[in-house]
Amino acid sequence: MRGILSWGVYLPYRRLDRSQISAFIGQGGGKGTRTVASFDEDTTTMAVEASRLALRAVAGRPDTVLFATTAPAYADKTNATAVHAALRLDPSVAALDLGASTRSAVGGLRLALQGTGTTLVATADLRTGRAGSADEAAGGDAGAALLVGDGNDTTPVLAEYLGGAACTAEFVDRWRAPGDVRSKVWDDKFSELTYVDLARNAWAEALATVGVAADQITVAVAAPTTRIGKAVAGKLGATAIIGDLTDTVGATGAAQPGLLLAALLEQAEPGQALALVVAGDGVEVLVFRATDALASFTPTRSVADGVTGGAPLAYGRFLSWRGMIDIEPPRRPEPARPSGTAAARSADWKFGFVGSRDTETGTVFMPPSRVSMDGERTDQMEPVPMADVEGTIATFTVDRIAYSPSPPIVFAVVDFDGGGRLPIELTDTDFDEVEIGQRVEMTFRRLFTADGIHNYFWKGRLVRG
Amino acid sequence: MASHGIRDRVAIVGMGCTKFIENWGLGLDDLMIDAANEAYASAGVTKHDVDAYWFGTAQSGMSGITLARPLQLQNKPVTRVENYCATGSEALRQAAYAVASGAYDLCMVVGAEKVKDTGYQGLNAFPIPSDGTGRTLTAAAMFSMIVPAYGNKYGVDDDTMRSVLTHIAAKNHYNGARNPRAQFRKEISAEQIERAPKMAGTLGVFDCAGVADGAAAAIVCRAEDAHRYTDSPVYVKALSFVAGNGSGLIDPSYDYTTFPEIVACAADAYAQAGVKDARAEVALAEVHDCFTPTELVLMEDLQFSERGTAWRDVLDGVFDLDGELPVNPDGGLKSFGHPVGASGLRMMFEAWLQLRGEAPEERTVASLAAGRKLALTHNLGGYPGEMVSFVSLLGADPG
Repeated sequence: MRGILSWGVYLPYRRLDRSQISAFIGQGGGKGTRTVASFDEDTTTMAVEASRLALRAVAGRPDTVLFATTAPAYADKTNATAVHAALRLDPSVAALDLGASTRSAVGGLRLALQGTGTTLVATADLRTGRAGSADEAAGGDAGAALLVGDGNDTTPVLAEYLGGAACTAEFVDRWRAPGDVRSKVWDDKFSELTYVDLARNAWAEALATVGVAADQITVAVAAPTTRIGKAVAGKLGATAIIGDLTDTVGATGAAQPGLLLAALLEQAEPGQALALVVAGDGVEVLVFRATDALASFTPTRSVADGVTGGAPLAYGRFLSWRGMIDIEPPRRPEPARPSGTAAARSADWKFGFVGSRDTETGTVFMPPSRVSMDGERTDQMEPVPMADVEGTIATFTVDRIAYSPSPPIVFAVVDFDGGGRLPIELTDTDFDEVEIGQRVEMTFRRLFTADGIHNYFWKGRLVRG
Repeated sequence: MASHGIRDRVAIVGMGCTKFIENWGLGLDDLMIDAANEAYASAGVTKHDVDAYWFGTAQSGMSGITLARPLQLQNKPVTRVENYCATGSEALRQAAYAVASGAYDLCMVVGAEKVKDTGYQGLNAFPIPSDGTGRTLTAAAMFSMIVPAYGNKYGVDDDTMRSVLTHIAAKNHYNGARNPRAQFRKEISAEQIERAPKMAGTLGVFDCAGVADGAAAAIVCRAEDAHRYTDSPVYVKALSFVAGNGSGLIDPSYDYTTFPEIVACAADAYAQAGVKDARAEVALAEVHDCFTPTELVLMEDLQFSERGTAWRDVLDGVFDLDGELPVNPDGGLKSFGHPVGASGLRMMFEAWLQLRGEAPEERTVASLAAGRKLALTHNLGGYPGEMVSFVSLLGADPG
């Protein structure tokens, strides 16, 4: 049996109320909210967060990582290696980027389901569009990760892959040149009609392959727009179509197939037939059956909890985070680029958040140290992974004059459970929320970019609900 | 481990100090030349009489040549010193040991910093290649974390903490208003201090030292030679230095209400000088008031106040110019700004003036006339949890 072993969905903390858009610039917007990645997040960091949630829920570990996004942080250099490093996977685990289209996300999932071994399919996307555009309002930012494999007693298959179908077509629906901030769209109606036809074909072939009737299947449809998704869904004859989350989260591009498959699995009962239908330069259909093991699986953080969490973001700040408005920074020097060689030497710390523990005294060092606190012993340390350890705020401040891509910096001294202290920046946190004694968890972020090098490291954030 | 000190073996026999301001018209060379010439004249010597030089600058130049070239020193040993914000003090410490050792008879110390050529606010450290995981906070933010920690530990409410910090800022500006070398020469009211824009945490502009360009210089010799150069030398009673191991940043037992490096440094200095009761024996202290909460904590770390009580002593005026133990009678970093390489020597310059009775009458401390003998200078660099500390004790009387 092969199928889904675990999943994790990461929705960024900030939410843009779409009504703010037209109030601000006189056009665009709409109803509901969309998720917004923070200034210190990119598709790599969101893929890390989603993957951490997926792997925390089970014992199984991947032997391959596939990463798909339409907004890769790097070209030429692999992005999946940063995901691999942050997850502290063994060097023998392959980490590969898939091409920068929405289709590549469901394509990665298909490859994993059809393949062998255990594969982590990590997806994430940043959806921007120009100010006042339909894409800006309708889009959303998210990460979604699915662990795919044959399963075993400790990490069983939760949804067995029954089979699927693809219907590929070359036509101009959405496109953008690499580096552009926005995608363009040819003609909504043309896209809608084209996808409906492609979906009908793929759906029929998939049903024939798996031998399950349409009216026995509960379906999630991921599509470039809500309208296309509804049009496709209307032709399937499925027993139920789950909500596409575009009212609250938005259309999340390459993250959407994983996000909606997670939502589909979270509403499923053992034995239920499930299908993921993805429209994007063709249509993919993947059909599953929920196993008995699903009943005893609890996601680290449910999609529903992710949707209801979060806090509002002013539209002006959204525009500045997306580079649409240049905000005057503090008059301090911008940070220098991180050293590639120094970063390579400290990769366990920088990406994996691994400190060291004195084997004699138990003292935890962050960053890791070779010499004991009393200076007496050298190299009597063991690595201590701290990324999943929570801590408590000992004291805190806000820095209104330090350089930051989005001032001010909220900062706290965090004491970690079981030992270890680190003074560290807090993200997704407003200064007036912070108090001594509050609980903090770690999150993988991009501190800044200099000379085109993204400086990834960890920040703290308040533990919320 | 021994720290014997060089009590009464070395004397300062000449000093100079430029005005500390945002000196758009003078470069580093000009500042160093002016401070050095004032010190030569003060000791009645020429540059040829000086055997060796120690030059402190944090990042305005590299190597002894930065000093040797503008002063046109001829084949002299010149050592460039850097030790964070305690750079100027550290330079004097090295020169004092050099004459004490007998290697040289007359040494000069010059500390200088040209800060205002960067175009940025505040002090900005030269970037050293790193893995990019280090903090990028300003010093203001790091020191601001003392405020909630101290208030929380000792049960001092926010309003009272604010009054304490305001008192420190107002006191130092009051003193600086009486010092022609200071950058800021106006008294600042409590209301002005408290309504100033916030910089970091609860710290406003007036809780933070400014920045300035400046230079200061000192000439030292062995104590037995001092009267060749001046009738009123100032004797070195103690020089202490501690470089922290950064444990406060990683050790959860550190609570941001004290600076352990300074506790150790002060204890060493008092032992060197034979001081038993700092509160009763020290006549005046020039301390590193980079931020108002720093000065608050220093009063306890330097043993002037019992733990958890400095806030009350501050409010009671103990450290005011007319108080029991005047602190920063020259106006401190608050009034001068902080040209990093020069600040430690600027503190000693105030001790030099006060101990020799040369301070202007309006800021002459009464404690010396009342019989106290010692001036203390304290200079730190770094941040809470990761700090270097310097403490000196100086006196006008040998033995």
